[in-house]
Amino acid sequence: MDFTKVVLASLLIASPIAAQEGHGVSPADLERGMQIFLNNCAGCHGPDGDLISGVALYSGRFRRAQGDNELRRIVQNGIAGTPMPPGNYTDEQAGMIVAYLRSMAATGGGKLTGPPGNAESGKAIVEGRGQCLECHRIGRQGTITGPDLTGIGRMRRAVDLEKSLVDPDAEIRPDNLTVRAVAADGTPITGRLLNMDTYSIQILDARSASLRTLKKDELRDYEVMKKSPMPSYRGKLSEQEISDVVSYLVSLKEQM
Amino acid sequence: MNARFLLLTALAAAAASAQTPFERIANAAKDPQNWLTYSGRLDGQRYSTLAQITPANVKDLELKWVLQTRAPAEPNSKYEATSLVRDGILYTVQPPNVVVALDAASGRIFWTYAYDPSRESRPCCGRVNRGLALLGNTLFMGTLDGNLIALDARDGHLMWSTRLGRPEEGYSVTVAPLVVKDKVIAGPAGGEFGINGYLAAYSAETGKEVWKFHTIPQPGEPGHDTWGGDSWKHGGGSIWTTGSYDPELNLIYWGVGNAGPDWNGDPRPGDNLYTSSLIALDADTGKLKWYFQFTPHDEFDFDATQVPVLADLTWHGKPRKVVMTANRNGFFYVLDRVTGEFLLGKSFAKVTWASGLDEKGRPIRTGHSTAEGSIVYPENQGATNWYNPAFSPRTGLMYVPCWMDTWSVYTSRLEPYQEGNWYSGGGATHNIPALRPGPVTRRLPETAWGAIQALDPETGDVKWQFKMTDVTDSGVLATATDIVFAGGREGYFYALDARTGAVLWKTMLGGAMSAGPTAYAVDGKEYISIPAGNAVFTFGLRDE
Ligand code: HEC
Ligand code: HEC
Repeated sequence: MDFTKVVLASLLIASPIAAQEGHGVSPADLERGMQIFLNNCAGCHGPDGDLISGVALYSGRFRRAQGDNELRRIVQNGIAGTPMPPGNYTDEQAGMIVAYLRSMAATGGGKLTGPPGNAESGKAIVEGRGQCLECHRIGRQGTITGPDLTGIGRMRRAVDLEKSLVDPDAEIRPDNLTVRAVAADGTPITGRLLNMDTYSIQILDARSASLRTLKKDELRDYEVMKKSPMPSYRGKLSEQEISDVVSYLVSLKEQM
Repeated sequence: MNARFLLLTALAAAAASAQTPFERIANAAKDPQNWLTYSGRLDGQRYSTLAQITPANVKDLELKWVLQTRAPAEPNSKYEATSLVRDGILYTVQPPNVVVALDAASGRIFWTYAYDPSRESRPCCGRVNRGLALLGNTLFMGTLDGNLIALDARDGHLMWSTRLGRPEEGYSVTVAPLVVKDKVIAGPAGGEFGINGYLAAYSAETGKEVWKFHTIPQPGEPGHDTWGGDSWKHGGGSIWTTGSYDPELNLIYWGVGNAGPDWNGDPRPGDNLYTSSLIALDADTGKLKWYFQFTPHDEFDFDATQVPVLADLTWHGKPRKVVMTANRNGFFYVLDRVTGEFLLGKSFAKVTWASGLDEKGRPIRTGHSTAEGSIVYPENQGATNWYNPAFSPRTGLMYVPCWMDTWSVYTSRLEPYQEGNWYSGGGATHNIPALRPGPVTRRLPETAWGAIQALDPETGDVKWQFKMTDVTDSGVLATATDIVFAGGREGYFYALDARTGAVLWKTMLGGAMSAGPTAYAVDGKEYISIPAGNAVFTFGLRDE
């Protein structure tokens, strides 16, 4: 994932504090830190770290912390008397989260460059011409063969959403991989990868929209697709329309 | 490629995916490879007609898979959930509210949905959940903080969430809901926090309430006069173990929890309907058809939350539709389930709170909870409790997990109601810890012991008894091959001969069992599954 590589490079150059305290941070650590942040912190702080007024996690400046040690302590112990909860993180995990917070500052919070979008128009495109609901679910609409987009606005930054639309192959999250297989009798099988071990693969089968285990020794062939089954919308939607869709996706913050 | 993917997804949308219409649940007896509802069947019998595992080969059972969880199971977060199985997928709930969908043959996980209950939750007796309900492609779960939620069974996506009560006031939902037709039936727990209980039906589609039956009659409702003064307001009447359903009579049978405050009856003069009662409700309207109160004016925390077992028996020569329950209060009851008529009642453990039952089934009261404290049998946890029983139509016997020779010192105290606080009106000592304190026991069985008892519904006689040194919180399962599967606090999981109680097979799982076993089959192979300690263990016959 090139994003972390860029981040890491700029982290070491542009952020003296991180360079000084955050030694031993690998791209994998940053990726892990980002996942923890998106899963456990973004619900309150927003994926861009800007949702709580007076707190700007993307800025590299903190009211209650100077160095990384203090930040780690906040992440682990929470802030008593405020909604900021303690988290059951090891020192190593807390370090990854802090490294990710630092990296947000290094990438300038990942602000968008396109024209301002209109969420209403975006909604119309998603439900209509974009055919997004052929593969995605939003609330009670759509199908479940692609990733669930309900609440995606709480989990992803606008820049990441934009990238998913214009360059879906660039980054496929481990949660969103697609398996293609051929059964012994030649039947093609496609589905979302849910789990895998030495002997079997668990998928959400695209044809039947049901849970299914594939036994590897009963398959003629199988692969995890490197390319996204999602078409790129670059050129298919105008720059303005892409911004509209992104605005709409960002607005999807409900769980259902 | 993209075009083909689109084609596939279009097909997926068109194809009716693996569905569980209600008819499939109603016909569970003919569909034994699946376990679609809490008791496996709507009649509450927990009887499986799978016949591959027999007394002759049960010793060849071997462990097929284990689901390890990280939940701290003991003593507070017991694994009480019965697993559901449909078409080779097993759905379980790790305490408190983590739903896992996995491959029922291999144990490999498909998805996990972790619900994080509010810190305001106030469960009386552990961060527990007793399992899911299923209809179509939707799973239903109660949450520790008072909600009923619906999930897409295919990917764990949240469909709706309905609030049954505020956790700040002690409302929680631990019961495995029951699906009846297009409705989900459930109600709140919280009998130790002075809740005002009810059983309600919600649209499976939207979560909207369809009907509500107040287990504590509200002003103007019949039965309200069984509560002196304002005591009805915090009268308890909780719901926390799953009921049963008779499709022919279209009646739902459900056991109601204790009266509040638990151990002091003085502030609530009267019988305190419908606490410690069995209620029979019309499934479409929630209207009361009949009720039977086992423990009027309860002072011992004797919830009637045992699974009501429905059976069609030849009873003293005549065909009878009955409902049976071995009650926490120590008596085994047989009632006519059409009318609620009392047919039989007999104690199955040592009882001193009543000297017996009169001809209507009302207890002849001999024991009370007192200010200075009184020793009364059975103890506060009762002679049985939420651990589900089973019934075999082949042997005609009811199998009940029991606590034998237990007593408590029941003490009553005047305690004002304060929102969110424990509202129990006193205390009860335990001569056995209510929750297993750990894997070591030095308590001698003289001070109380555990048993699986086989009761004869015609006489209430104990046909056989399987004794255990420690007590049991485990449900039981009966099979068409005359095996009873049962567990206990010691960690043994047993296959017993359903006709004699002899041990056919046993294995040590290293943790207490607090849930009911399930039987199911995948690709023609039968499995027996039960949670123990932190994990779910699944057994099958050795492959040839
Ligand atoms: C339940 C909501 C909630 C969650 C979840 C949450 N936070 Fe917070 N956080 C807050 C609030 C509110 C504050 C502001 C507290 C205050 O100072 O009043 C805060 C403050 C902070 C601060 C201090 C900011 C400063 O300017 O000093 C940091 C750092 C922080 N959070 C990081 C995190 C991280 C990292 C996570 C995830 C591991 C997280 N938070 C999860 C609500 C939350
Ligand atoms: C042919 C099916 C298909 C269509 C049509 C489709 N997608 Fe996707 N989409 C996928 C798949 C599969 C993935 C997961 C692989 C990936 O990340 O590219 C995905 C990924 C995404 C992601 C990233 C999800 C995440 O977890 O970060 C977003 C955002 C997204 N799609 C939005 C859209 C929008 C908006 C549209 C319509 C304009 C659309 N998709 C149309 C199949 C589709």
